[in-house]
Formats: sequence, structure tokens, C-alpha cells
Amino acid sequence: MTDLSATYDLAVVGGGNAALCAAITAAEAGARVLILEGAPKSYRGGNSRHTRNFRCMHRGPMDPLIGSYEEDEYIHDLMLVTKGKTDESLARLAIRSSEECLPWMKAHGVRFQPSLSGTLSLGRTNAFFLGGGKALVNAYYNTAQDLGVTVLYNAQVRHVHRDGDRISHLEAEIAGQPVTVNARAFVLASGGFQADLDWLARAWGPAARNFLIRGTPYNRGVVLRDMLDQGADSVGDPTQCHAVAIDGRAPQYDGGIVTRLDCVPFSIVVNKHCQRFHDEGEDVWPKRYAIWGRLVAAQPDQVGYALIDAKSIDLFMPSVFPPVKSDTLEGLAEQMGLDPQALRGTVDAFNAACRPGRFHPTELDGVATEGLATPKTNWARPLDTPPFYGYQLRPGVTFTYLGLRVDAHAQVHTAEGPIRNLWAAGEIMAGSILGQGYLAGFGMTIGTVFGRIAGKEAAAHVA
Amino acid sequence: MSLDTPLDATAEARRQIEICNACRYCEGFCAVFPAMTRQKSFADGDLTQLANLCHNCRGCYYSCQYTEPHEFALNIPAALAEVRVQSWERLSRPRALAKVFQTQGVAMAVLAVVALAWFMWALAWLKPAGGAGFYAHLSHTLLVSVFVPVFLLPLVVIAASLRAYWREIGGGRVRLAHLLTALGQAARMTNLSGGHGEGCNFENGDRYTDRRRVFHQLMLYGFLLCFAATASGTLMHYLLDWSAPYGVLTPPKLLGLPGGVMMVIGAVGLAALKLRADPALGAARVWGGEMAFILLLATVALTGLALFAATGTGLVGALLALHLASVMVLFLLMPYSKMVHGFFRLAALVAEAGKPRPVSGGE
Repeated sequence: MTDLSATYDLAVVGGGNAALCAAITAAEAGARVLILEGAPKSYRGGNSRHTRNFRCMHRGPMDPLIGSYEEDEYIHDLMLVTKGKTDESLARLAIRSSEECLPWMKAHGVRFQPSLSGTLSLGRTNAFFLGGGKALVNAYYNTAQDLGVTVLYNAQVRHVHRDGDRISHLEAEIAGQPVTVNARAFVLASGGFQADLDWLARAWGPAARNFLIRGTPYNRGVVLRDMLDQGADSVGDPTQCHAVAIDGRAPQYDGGIVTRLDCVPFSIVVNKHCQRFHDEGEDVWPKRYAIWGRLVAAQPDQVGYALIDAKSIDLFMPSVFPPVKSDTLEGLAEQMGLDPQALRGTVDAFNAACRPGRFHPTELDGVATEGLATPKTNWARPLDTPPFYGYQLRPGVTFTYLGLRVDAHAQVHTAEGPIRNLWAAGEIMAGSILGQGYLAGFGMTIGTVFGRIAGKEAAAHVA
Repeated sequence: MSLDTPLDATAEARRQIEICNACRYCEGFCAVFPAMTRQKSFADGDLTQLANLCHNCRGCYYSCQYTEPHEFALNIPAALAEVRVQSWERLSRPRALAKVFQTQGVAMAVLAVVALAWFMWALAWLKPAGGAGFYAHLSHTLLVSVFVPVFLLPLVVIAASLRAYWREIGGGRVRLAHLLTALGQAARMTNLSGGHGEGCNFENGDRYTDRRRVFHQLMLYGFLLCFAATASGTLMHYLLDWSAPYGVLTPPKLLGLPGGVMMVIGAVGLAALKLRADPALGAARVWGGEMAFILLLATVALTGLALFAATGTGLVGALLALHLASVMVLFLLMPYSKMVHGFFRLAALVAEAGKPRPVSGGE
């Protein structure tokens, strides 16, 4: 057991990307750093384990990124998804700083690869980690270890003790034992609260108990709650979370990337009463996958059923679990717990509304239904070629929006002003910038940029 | 997806690969992951091919979000290693020999003792009347009549295995370009580069090192140099009528001495890495057989070097028996020991080179 009687310069709460960026930056500036990771070593890294890329501004080709992706286009993309719910000066800070992060990441052990198959649309904007987010996390832990950073696993911080405009110490439970952690500066990088289903249910309503959590079970928002209770400034809609529609058979926690389903544009999607509820072909999937979590969450029992036929089974990325399969629609309905008659009615009406056209799976082909109350505006082909396949869809929560408001120095504030020795980085403050929606790879950008800022500020404070 | 019933190795590899194929984060590490994106479902032969394409670099294991304690319990390096070893066992004839020698280091040692005893007997009872160097101990005719079949018969067995492999994986027509691509990859061991050129995760947890690649290539090129040394001696004997013993500045020695030294360094290095590596990320049941194979290679090289050093002394006879016995075991067990991995690996690389480049799968 590490001797905690020694006072560290900096205690970092959390063990994901933002925490590691802060710890490494501070350690390189000469600070004695302690990382308190709530998870055991095998699950270290929070949701960073599940990430795969980093959205990066660049004014010209920058390995592994092609072309250029300039500030204006980047902020435009952000404004589109957040519908303006962002702090523009912080957002521009994150965007501008992202360019210098890429070489920093490489210098600290992160390795990149060309855009993964199936994600060519991101080859210009997003730098993919070789091996994914866990490889990035491993690289950062090795770098931190080489810099002499102390890492404690199973170290769950229960309380951040505020004394006026300063934090005096942390109260934590390390491997089940209560421990007081003293330090001169503190960085909070312990993520959102999406793994706390009770909190989600209070915020969203009881339906949230049917949600699956795509990421780590360790992001329970204990530190976030504690800070909010102590009057820390907050940001972000406390009732909202980002959810996508995932395979309903996914584990309750930590299913990660493989539970995604890309079949919706080629499906008809019905609820448990066999009714369609949204235009499945509204736009290309990368622009629409994020709304389907919410759409399914609004259906009875928070469940949907994506149904396809033999014509479409090879048009999308493989699923982690094989689809339910039947030679007849009625058989499929029975296997999926749907009413065969009702499903037959919906499919017949849909098929009758389909119009001939030139189907093209990778572009908006305009092959649409006619006369349906809920139309399908692209890729609308009759469901008529057995075998038929079905996937159950459920909302999978990626992250929550409620967080701590920070300034451009990543410093945490209360109504009385800044807390002098407290900074926050990563998902716990991402709501400051990402007030709504999601932009692929932007969470890692926020974590890296603000993690580095927090580490630098904390090191300067204790120097 | 917990496993209530034990699955056979192929079924377990299929379960794991289908999860991988829905993730694809590891595409940059090696040839296995791009190769799997060609398909949504995997026949047994597909898995055999993926398994033989895998070099056990372990990058995918340490990067994986789904390793234990996660319920998906992925361990691709181990799953593919088991399928790989089983394919060598299944496709060789007779299978029983492969099963014994892949697994049991002791079996290899017993065979070595038998071979050694035979050579000691030959030294004592078949001593030629004349001859120089080690031909004073065993005649050239005797050596040729023993080692030609000992070398060629295992190659015939391996050729039959590779034919069966090609049929199982549905390999296509082989073109020169495919061979050259595969040989180039084997020569540089690109699949152990980690994709970033910093090597693999074999012996030092999740840190990348190039040691395994370096030691393996010292072994590979050392072995090839020694083989070239023997071949050059054969050519000199028959074409130039120039018999052993050969001086230091002749091809057999110029090739063999550095080759032997490289093999010894390679073997010591590979054995040391194997002791440090986590056996749970490979085919744990063949650990003993693999280690014995490394020691056998070290013995071949060390006794060869010792034989050279002992030239003209009374130790030549005993060292000759040791050296020839170890070489004989190495040759005899080519189809049934870890040695066979080189042939299957090359076949897998050729097969992969002959397939269309993987294309994107959607999203």
C-alpha cells in the first residue's frame, strides 16, 4: 500500500484520458503527482477505453490526417450538432489547441493508424488510435509511470473537502479502506454520471432503467454530485444524456463499440406494437445514428425492432450478435415477441407504399415511400425477400451533459469565484462545450486539451 | 455470451473473431484484422487461415476492451494459437507424432537420446578405415545415406500437409507476385512490427519491444546461413571434388560460423523472452514442446560451433555424435515440431497475398 502520509503536489481524480493528460503534463513540469483511479487496473481508463479517435484541427496534411480541417469548418460542425448550445470561446480554445495536441500525443506514446474500414468519411477530421482507446490509455499509463507518477487503482474519491476558496484534501476509499488524501492542487477528471441508473432515472424518468450503458460502470458521478452539492457552478442540461440505438442484447454496462447497429437505414423499425415511428431513411447513418437512442427511448418499454430482408443483410457492418432469422415474417415476429398479424399489416402497408427507383446504399437515393403517415424517404425497398432478419434496439447511453463549469484555465468556480487549487477536465466539464448532440472524437479533444491545461495550471500553482 | 458448455477451439475462435469483426480497432496491428473484414461469417478453413496468419504479437490483447473480466472474454492471441497448433496437428501425417512432439518437450529429449545412442554406436562400430576430419569418424557415404532420407522424407510430409492446408483454406492459384510479397513480409517480419514499427507486446506487458523480432530473425537468418554452409559443402564435394575438412576461409565456414553464432544468440534470446511472456496468451499446452524446440536449435548451433573449436582434439568424436544427433532430431521433427510453423506461416502469407485487398464494410 502506497504511503499517503506524504503530501503530493497534485492529486488527479480519475484515470482516463483527461486525467492522464493532466498528470503527465504536471509531472513533466516537476510536480509530484498521484492518480486516483476508481476502477481496478483491468478496467482503468474510464470511457477512454472505448474511444477510437481524436477530432483534430489541421491546416494541412498531418499524419495520419489527410487534407485540412480548419477552425471555421470545425466550429461550424460543432454548431450544427449542438445547435448553438456551447460556450464559443471555450469551444474555439479546444479546437485551436487540438492541432498541437496531435504531436504531443505522439510524443507521449500514442500511436495512430489510417482511418478504419467503414469510417472513411472521418479520414480527414479524426485521427484514429492504433488499437483504439485502451492502447492510448496504456501508453499514457506507461508514460506516467516513467515520469514517476503514483497510480492507485480501486481508489474511489467520496468527498472533495472545500475550505472557502481552496480544496484542503480528499476523502477516498482505497481498496475498501477510508483514506485521507492530501495534496496542494487537485484535478477532477472522473467523468459523468451515466453509470448511476438511479440518478439517470431521477433525471430522465423511470424509463431510464431500461437504458443500457455503453461505457464503464465506474462513472457514477460521485465527485460531480459532491461538487454540485458544495455549490460548484454547473453547466449542461441535468436531465439529458447522449444515447444511441444499440443491440438490445448488449450487456448492461461496457458493451462499447461492438454493440452498435448500422442497419437502420436499410430497415423498417417498429415499436413493440409493430408501429413504425420515424423515417428510417432520413439521412446517411453517420448523420442520424445519434438520434435513434432518443427515438427508441420514447417508445413503450424503450424498445424498437429493426427488420430487414435478404436484400440488405450485407449492406452494413457486422453485428456482434447474429440477427434473429426466419423464412417468414410471421416466424420472425414470433421469435422477437411481436404480434405476427400486426407486423404483417405494417409490412404490407409499407411494401405497398414503396415506389420503384434506383437503390443506392451509400448515397441519398431518394427511393421513398408514398402516402404513409411516417414516410421513409431514402432506401425504401419492400421487405419481401426471405430470409428475414431482425435486431432488437435499445437506447445505449454514451455520456451525460451535466458537468462543472470551467473557465479557459480549466478552473472550477463557485458563486463566490474560482476555487484556487481546483481544475476539471474531460467528461466532468465537457458540458461547457458540448451542450447537446455529439461530434465524433470531440470528447477526446476536450479531454486532451483541458487535461493538459489543468495539468499545466496545477503545476504552476504548486511550483 | 457466457460459455456454459466448453467449445472446441475453432468454435471459440469463431465466437471471438465475430466480436472482433464488429469492432475493428486493431486493424493497424497486423494482417489478421484487415483479412477478417472480408467476411461476416467464418468457415473452419477461414479460421485456420487467420490463425496461421497470426504471429502472436499480442498487440490486440493488450489493446482490447473486451478481455477478461469483461464477459466477452476475448483472448485472440490464445484462441488463434490453439487453432493454429491444432491445424498443424490435424494436417500432418501421422497425426499422433505431431500431437506428441508439439506438446511434449520430453518426447523430443527422448528422441535425441535415442539418436545420440545410435551415433555413438555407429562411431564405435562403423568407424571407416580412412578419411580426414570427421570423415575419419564416420564415412561420407554413411552420412549421406542417413541424412538424405532424414532430410527429404520430412519435407515430403510437410509438402503433403501444405497441400491439405491449401485445400482447407480454399487457397487460390499461386502467382510469383504472391510469393514475393509473402517472402518480403517474412524476411522483414512485418507482422511483428506492431504496425508502428516499434515491435510487439510479447514479453513486457503492454509496452512494445522489438526484441522478439530481432531474436527471431537472428535465428531465422542464422539457420539459413548454416543451411547454406551445408549446401555449399555439398556442392563443393560433388561439383568441385573438394572434400571436407574445409579451412576457415571457405564458404562452409564463412557461412556457418556467423550462422551458428546468430542461432545461439537467437535461441538464448527467444528462450529468455518465452520465460518472461505470459503463457496464457499463447497455446499454453504446447509451451514445453516449443521451449524444447528452441533448446534443440541452440544445441544444434552450439555443438556445431564446438565441433569446429575442437578440431584436431580427442573431443571430435563425442561432439560429432552430439551434433549429428541434434541435427537428425531437428530434421526428423520438421513436420511435427514448432519448426513447421515457418512453412504454414509462409503459406498463410502467400494465400493472403493472393486475396483481393479488404474493402470497407459500411457504416
